[in-house]
Amino acid sequence: MAMNRQETEQLIQEVLEVYPEETGKQRAKHLMANDPALEKSNKCIVANKKALPGVMTARGCAYAGAKGVVWGPVKDVLNISHGPVGCGQFSRAGRRNYVTGYSGVNVFADMNFTSDFQEKDVVFGGDKKLAKIISELDTLFPLAKGVTIQSECPIGLIGDDIEAVAKKSAKEIGKSVVPVRCEGFRGVSQSLGHHVANDSLRDWVLHNRDDQEGFESTPYDVAITGDYNIGGDAWSSRVLIEEMGLRVIAQWSGDGSIPEMENTRHAKLNLLHCYRSMNYISRHMEEKYGMPWMEYNFFGPTKIAESLRKIAAFFDDTIKENAERVIAKYQPAMDAIIAKYRPRLEGKRVMLFVGGLRPRHVIGAYEDLGMEVIGAGYEFAHNDDYDRTFKEVQDGALIYDDATSFELESFVERLKPDLIGSGIKEKYVFHKMGIPFRQMHSWDYSGPYHGYDGFAIFARDMDMTINNPCWKKLQAPWQRAARAPALQDVA
Amino acid sequence: MAMIRQCAIYGKGGIGKSTTTQNLVAGLAAVGKKVMIVGCDPKADSTRLMLHAKAQSTIMQMAADAGTVEDLELDDVLKVGYGGVRCVESGGPEPGVGCAGRGVITAINFLEEEGAYDEELDFVFYDVLGDVVCGGFAMPIRENKAQEIYIVVSGEMMAMYAANNIAKGICKYATSGSVRLAGLICNSRKTDREAELIEALAERLGTQMIHFVPRDNVVQRAEIRRMTVIEYDPNCKQADEYRELAQKIVDNKKLVIPTPLTMDELEDLLLEFGILDEEDESIVGRTAAEEAVAA
Repeated sequence: MAMNRQETEQLIQEVLEVYPEETGKQRAKHLMANDPALEKSNKCIVANKKALPGVMTARGCAYAGAKGVVWGPVKDVLNISHGPVGCGQFSRAGRRNYVTGYSGVNVFADMNFTSDFQEKDVVFGGDKKLAKIISELDTLFPLAKGVTIQSECPIGLIGDDIEAVAKKSAKEIGKSVVPVRCEGFRGVSQSLGHHVANDSLRDWVLHNRDDQEGFESTPYDVAITGDYNIGGDAWSSRVLIEEMGLRVIAQWSGDGSIPEMENTRHAKLNLLHCYRSMNYISRHMEEKYGMPWMEYNFFGPTKIAESLRKIAAFFDDTIKENAERVIAKYQPAMDAIIAKYRPRLEGKRVMLFVGGLRPRHVIGAYEDLGMEVIGAGYEFAHNDDYDRTFKEVQDGALIYDDATSFELESFVERLKPDLIGSGIKEKYVFHKMGIPFRQMHSWDYSGPYHGYDGFAIFARDMDMTINNPCWKKLQAPWQRAARAPALQDVA
Repeated sequence: MAMIRQCAIYGKGGIGKSTTTQNLVAGLAAVGKKVMIVGCDPKADSTRLMLHAKAQSTIMQMAADAGTVEDLELDDVLKVGYGGVRCVESGGPEPGVGCAGRGVITAINFLEEEGAYDEELDFVFYDVLGDVVCGGFAMPIRENKAQEIYIVVSGEMMAMYAANNIAKGICKYATSGSVRLAGLICNSRKTDREAELIEALAERLGTQMIHFVPRDNVVQRAEIRRMTVIEYDPNCKQADEYRELAQKIVDNKKLVIPTPLTMDELEDLLLEFGILDEEDESIVGRTAAEEAVAA
């Protein structure tokens, strides 16, 4: 049973008691009991504030948001991690952004480039080295469609003029060279990195083909934004959109490419999955090209059907009929999945602590399986994310913003959920507490979870995690109270 | 054996830090002291009078050429000049790029690791860029580096402002470590009542004017020849002045945590000596047009 609002508030108070007074006062503003009737979150929760010193936060930095999230998946660019080697090396290939194509021919997202800053580069500046790297990259990988410069901290500290290098190099190699000012010390989390990366797309990429004629557009052209194709998510989404008769002309940025991005303006509708990381560019395209954008949710059959209808409503009757046909086509398969897994998962209670959109978007998929989400929180949300969250979460559920590891562990100890969905940093802590856990950033190396195909995998994964026999074997034999005496005891 | 005395020379840009440092070091060398000069300024002009050179190859430049600073040997960067004085320049970028402050840190770390501070030395002098603009230029006065700071100053208003600001900076490190203000060196610009004024400023700062170096064209004549005065014309009066300054530094025991002045106190002092005119509050923030209307 979920707690009511009062019980949840009580729990929050008890957990906060451990903190020093000032810390407790600050953290209290980030925790609340959900009230689905709330329209605006700004009066009841504080978000997007600097994490307090001394707590363990799960957040990343602006570089993580720009390079790791937004730019990393773009398959035909060479991303240079500009600065010392670690940022690039430890952020490589961690997000499983799947791509189609051939490495070194039309796919470069699987490669890792760094300017490997040394003391002399800090002292004398890295601009010359950067220009040389770009020129060498163009020689080595002439088929790449562009280069991005992902700034690490020292670049911002020493004031290197990467914009000037970008302009000059772009002329020399005749391709987009995009400076991204995502120094890690900027902002309070990776969220600023998403914004910075969106701005770099706006300023250096989006308009590059504005004067170009010859794109044969159709009335059914759409773009998918904010899907990073983790484990193939964008593919299992795209097929549904195509099945309903629409044409996807651009994917941002999972399995995406520079030419697609440059042609996005021809889309009639921009479909936005991760609002947090791509609302900026969506708003810009709306202002500049008059392109409307629409948020959708492809987790679980209920939300998928809702979203397909919402998308179809923007188009003509043919598309609307197609949408119904698509929904009807997959319904039996979905019913079979639910019939199989729901009895095994019914009533299981879930706590979520993830990133951009998932704490609210996956709730429907759990509910389709008869599960309930009793706690949800974001690492780096803003208030507009919470505005969108309250109505998705049940009354009285626990909401936590930038939860500290102490808070999360305390909440879990008290609420004893049947499943936690969070990230690799949390996973083993909760495994050791004996609680089933799924990584909801990387899908635990599974996926896709988007779309109808994804729901089949999602349901299977949740079942095999929660109902794994290992959870019944956590107690050592000698700790069991009542047990038959061993043979030697009898003898 | 005695501890190496490590001294840092600060002061407003253009006040004559490098010239004064090299001339007084020549004075120290003349009385048999073993000295090393560490230039901490990307301009790398702290050792030219010692080496009769235009500009010494710097640690950072050679590190960049060699690949990394780890590829360098001490002998590559250390040159011996007049009177056996060891000379190194940290070096750094051209203006407007990179991080000169990091260059100072890297260079001093290198010197320490390579054993440049050997036991034979009596003195190390750090000649530091005009303003302590960031942590890098404060490197010479951090823990276990320079304990004595000399500020080069003149009777000009901005030079004294700078001196007072440097004293503030020293306070920060003095309260947490062993660095102390050791005195003001007045490099005369022949302003009115200059010695008296600097004496007064020194007293307010809790320190001393260790020496008043008069203005003398022989300094420039020597400099054109890339020489110190003591080497160029050891018998001239100015050579005696530098020798005297050097001896005072050898004997100096007055190391203090400075008591910097507030802006108001400093301005009062300048008013007292007629350097600053009484401020007319009524004109603050008024444009020429407004004044014309009022008139």
